[in-house]
Amino acid sequence: MAAADTPLLFRAVSKSFARGSQRVQALDQIDLGLVPGTITALVGPDGAGKTTLLRLAAGLLRPDGGVVTVLGADLGSQGHSLQQEIGYMPQRFGLYEDLTVQENLDLYANLQEIRPEDASTRQQDLLKLTALGPFRTRRAGALSGGMKQKLGLACALLRAPRLLLLDEPTVGVDPIARRELWQIVQGLRDKGVTIFLSTAYFDEAERCDEIILLHQGKLLKKDTPKALSAPLQGRCYLVTDEFRSKRQLREALQARPEVQDARILAEGVRVLCRSGAAAAAEGERWQAVEPAFADAFVDLLSDPQENEAYHAEPPNQTPADGRPASRAETPETVVDVHDLGKFFGSFAAVKGTSFQVQKGQIFGLLGANGAGKTTTFRMLCGLLPASSGSLRVAGVDMRRASSQARARIGYVSQKFSLYGNLSCAQNLAFFSAAYGLRSSRRRQRIDWAQQEFQLHDYANVNVDELPLGIKQRLALACALLHSPPILFLDEPTSGVDPLARREFWQRITGLAEAGVTVLITTHFMEEAEYCDRLILMSLGEVLAQGSPEEIRSQARDAEHPSPSMEDAFIRLIEAHESQIRRAS
Amino acid sequence: MLARIWALVIKEFLAILRDKKSRLVLIGPPLIQLLVFGYAATFDLNHIPYAVYNQDTGSASRELLGDFQGSHAFRQVAVLHSTGQIAPLIEQGKALLVLQIGPNFTADLLRHQQAPLQVIIDGRNSNTATLALNYVNSVLLSFDNRWAAAQQWGRPPAQLVVRAWFNPNLLSRWFIVPGIVALLTLVVTLLVTGLSVAREREQGTFDQLLVTPLTPGEILLGKALPGIIIGALEAAFISLVAVFWFQVPLLGSIPALALGLLLFLLAAVGIGLMISSLSLTQQQGLLGVFLFLVPAIILSGFATPIANMPPLVQDLTYLNPMRYFLVIVRGVFLEGDNISLLWNQYWPLALIALASMAAASWLFRHRMH
Amino acid sequence: MSLQRLRALIHKEFLQILRDPSAIAIAFLMPMFLLFLFGYGVSLDARHVPVAVVVDHPTPQTSAFVGGLQESPYFRPQRYDSIQRAQHALLDRQVSAILWLRGDFSRQVLQGNTASIGVLVNGVDANDARIVEGYLQGVWQNWLQQTAADAGKPLLVPVRVESRIWFNPALRSRDYLVPGLIAVIMTLTGALLTALVVAREWERGSMEALMASPVTMAEILLGKLIPYFLLGMGGMLLSVALAVWLFAVPLVGSFWVLLLCSSLFLLAALGMGLLISSVARNQFVAGQIAIIVTFLPAFILSGFIFDIQSMPAPIQFITHIVAARYFVSILQTIFLAGDVWPIVLWNSLALLLMAMFFLGITLLRSRKRLD
Repeated sequence: MAAADTPLLFRAVSKSFARGSQRVQALDQIDLGLVPGTITALVGPDGAGKTTLLRLAAGLLRPDGGVVTVLGADLGSQGHSLQQEIGYMPQRFGLYEDLTVQENLDLYANLQEIRPEDASTRQQDLLKLTALGPFRTRRAGALSGGMKQKLGLACALLRAPRLLLLDEPTVGVDPIARRELWQIVQGLRDKGVTIFLSTAYFDEAERCDEIILLHQGKLLKKDTPKALSAPLQGRCYLVTDEFRSKRQLREALQARPEVQDARILAEGVRVLCRSGAAAAAEGERWQAVEPAFADAFVDLLSDPQENEAYHAEPPNQTPADGRPASRAETPETVVDVHDLGKFFGSFAAVKGTSFQVQKGQIFGLLGANGAGKTTTFRMLCGLLPASSGSLRVAGVDMRRASSQARARIGYVSQKFSLYGNLSCAQNLAFFSAAYGLRSSRRRQRIDWAQQEFQLHDYANVNVDELPLGIKQRLALACALLHSPPILFLDEPTSGVDPLARREFWQRITGLAEAGVTVLITTHFMEEAEYCDRLILMSLGEVLAQGSPEEIRSQARDAEHPSPSMEDAFIRLIEAHESQIRRAS
Repeated sequence: MLARIWALVIKEFLAILRDKKSRLVLIGPPLIQLLVFGYAATFDLNHIPYAVYNQDTGSASRELLGDFQGSHAFRQVAVLHSTGQIAPLIEQGKALLVLQIGPNFTADLLRHQQAPLQVIIDGRNSNTATLALNYVNSVLLSFDNRWAAAQQWGRPPAQLVVRAWFNPNLLSRWFIVPGIVALLTLVVTLLVTGLSVAREREQGTFDQLLVTPLTPGEILLGKALPGIIIGALEAAFISLVAVFWFQVPLLGSIPALALGLLLFLLAAVGIGLMISSLSLTQQQGLLGVFLFLVPAIILSGFATPIANMPPLVQDLTYLNPMRYFLVIVRGVFLEGDNISLLWNQYWPLALIALASMAAASWLFRHRMH
Repeated sequence: MSLQRLRALIHKEFLQILRDPSAIAIAFLMPMFLLFLFGYGVSLDARHVPVAVVVDHPTPQTSAFVGGLQESPYFRPQRYDSIQRAQHALLDRQVSAILWLRGDFSRQVLQGNTASIGVLVNGVDANDARIVEGYLQGVWQNWLQQTAADAGKPLLVPVRVESRIWFNPALRSRDYLVPGLIAVIMTLTGALLTALVVAREWERGSMEALMASPVTMAEILLGKLIPYFLLGMGGMLLSVALAVWLFAVPLVGSFWVLLLCSSLFLLAALGMGLLISSVARNQFVAGQIAIIVTFLPAFILSGFIFDIQSMPAPIQFITHIVAARYFVSILQTIFLAGDVWPIVLWNSLALLLMAMFFLGITLLRSRKRLD
């Protein structure tokens, strides 16, 4: 491909950084070129070098070796004039939080030297596109995560760029905002803009024209989604079994040596076999399906050895209080929330929420950004006092609970709150003591955590330097040190790469099988399928409650005979919001 | 419970010491400040630059000027030959003062007539000017005595015999350096405790602590102990430097100093934790520490005497823990005080410590969410 | 350089300053606070020093001496009936000095001998002790004069000091502390606040977004320099106004010269602030460095409180790299002595060089890149 045709061309580009005394090779001999007017996805595990690659493309970093050519010109010599043609949105878009939406837009319009009369029409268009019009006078700091991302995108789009670089634009964004963002991005492609974005969502990658798979600083594959999954033809199946729950089925399938990966979907369990078909066991129905990019990703990136280790030792959580796991015959209510409400001033963050969680269940809280999930969680854990209603966790109100009662819960917060400048081992040591573990039991549990979560290699590494996936493992390990019978997980998979997510869910289902009650919030709709029961929240209210099937069926109509969880989510929430809008 | 607090303390120490930046904050600035304060913060005048405009040719003026030249406090920078030269010299700060001797100086003195010595002094820095005039006076006093005795002027009816207790040579350094013990202990303790809760809030680990079986009291204690330990080590280190490097005498009882230090640290940690509980981010914490430190230092008697302040401000200083600790440190170092002599300082300090710790724990419990 | 971009950056900066409470606190609250503290709270002028007076045997001679003490504005004499009790009071810090007229004072005076007047000062605060000692000497000399005049005899002191104090005849310490404080205040906005806000842009990621836009580095720097320059000059004008109208400090020299010199100093301070933030990209570290290398030296090594000439030679040498030193010298001169050109010009030259140096290095170091 000639340099002039392609909007972005990397030739043998390498980049390394100093970390302490060593140099870390972030990118190694990368060659790539984008096709004009397409969307290209950049996919890879944490620490693969995605952000570095995008920063190089934006001219924010200079390569150690090789040449980066943008829109036919060398970034090194003509970087400045080129930046008018590039739109770049960093992962944490640098909005000025003290400035309003309009002021942020004005600032970036002026920085792009757009004439004021042109700027106002362009801003009108963008505000309409992003549906931010009603929030023009709101400060950026007061916007929800999804709205911030949309505003960031609007700022990057002010001077209709020819090349748009987006670094994980949908991290921490709820499905509705995600869908809106994608509509904007696809609209731009139709206008001829070349878009290059990094993402942790497989469905997003699949929507792109091309996918670049990056791993440990090396370009692994670059192809269309179809071409990437084509070699897996004949290895993908959908398995159903009327007599077993999907979770039990998944456990069983994953344990078979010929199965490389098993994931729970709405319809059943999706299986990726190592080679060809596997023999169906009694009662199972195997149905060949088209391979998807997710399968290719797992196939290309999973470390066979690690997988073996995993099969040899299925997740095995010592159940609470050391008693052997036994699912109670009669369901025991562990969490009981009745008419719970929370007001911040006059703003109702949670209004009259009621639900019950039985022992050993995985209970999901789903909702858009700002729906009140985290507030509900914080009240359950005793971190916030409830304004009204009653709540019981293991028979007590955590807010007034004694030390012993609090020892019955484990909590993983949104940001994997760990001590950043303490090492892995020191974090484990501290939390084990904080949970009151003593001498031999303490040592035993720390050993267990390091073993179970494969943290040995990181024992002396500061938490700040860990990739997000490892941090998530450590956060979960810390919350499980005291073998709590109840586990609260607040968006534990946000921003974590797909492989780490997959591993995470294997652990969680294992815990639930062992009798641990798990409450979890998530933005990933496909993860909702792992839950026994769900509630769907919007604007502080519960819209729907029940098993994943029940929720999905609520959104079923003639047009959509089998809606996915994401469809159900979007339709229920949109219906609710428009209802509220009509009421007011 | 002890094990849990111990774990908190260990964690707090690790968090401070494993971070290169905060290690630097604990070690670098105090050391720099100690040296800078120890050497630069002095009110003693040395080598006062002066010029001479002597119109007298006699022996008396030569003898008097000889006295000035012989004094280590003075340094002659110019000899002038006209009055016009005086103004530029003083204005430009090349000389702090000009000694002007009239043409009849020796003749008058020999006739037993009083003769004037004119001193023109730069008053821009009033403290320096006051002190320099005192120095001139004392040189003159010895000249007068000598001259009066030699020329049979008769004796003055009375003479001042001045003795200074505790600091016979009136060295500023003896005053300032023990003060630094109090100053740096306060700074370091506040920095350690003032930012600690805010840092956990920013990292999100504060919530994590609250869902563990740790009680608020244990968390507070776990935050307070490292501040006290680090403050105590810092104070001990600076005291050693004061004694062995700056040669300041340590005459009093060390237990008296230790008791004062403990009460002072409790008060400081309480204030630090109050700031910490109130601030949501580290920046706010830093600002809060700064806003407390500056007036606390200025209104403590560290550099300027409390007695010189207006009555209202003097009353305000009774709330300042550093005020009391400064008296204790200087009392123990220079005046040889023991515990029984310092009760008047201990009880207000203990009261402040109690109040600030109580306020901190109240704020801590009420601002947890 | 594009005016549109620059204007937008400056506008943004002002909006941020107005909406950020901590910026307001550093730029306006702190200066007022310091001015009031130093204007009202801090003084090196000893007034009404409590002095214990012990007169073993009261006579007309002793009462004449004590009378002189009572009339002096510097002292608040308190009578003690024995030297032991007075010494107790000294130990208890109830008095700063003891004046002791022994039993034979009158007899010695009347016999024409020299009586000795015992003076005990608490030397812990050496500076205070020295000032008290000087005041006591003054009282003593007055008494000598008075006694000689009363007796119709010539004065027995050969040389009399006739002091003429220029620029600050009343020797009010406020008159030199308040002008010097302006240097500290401008350091606060110029260096500390600037370092903090730039570090904040790095922390929040907005710097990355700025750098990906067509803005040039010079525009980014000017976009910081101009708002904080105006803010700093605002703080300076506020301080001068308070100094002159509230604290009655005379402004002898020209206001315009003062304004010009202040802007030079502010440029140097801003240069330091920007340089610090280009080294330290998080607020905590930037704040620490700014306090250590700009704020503390402006306080201690600038001649604001402590006389530079009395410092040991190596420390004096270090003060030459403290910008505040030159500015404090200019401030004290313009306020109290007037436009003394040699001082103003040489110190301004030093400030100009420092400003150019810091701003130049900042410009050289600043690359529109993240690594």
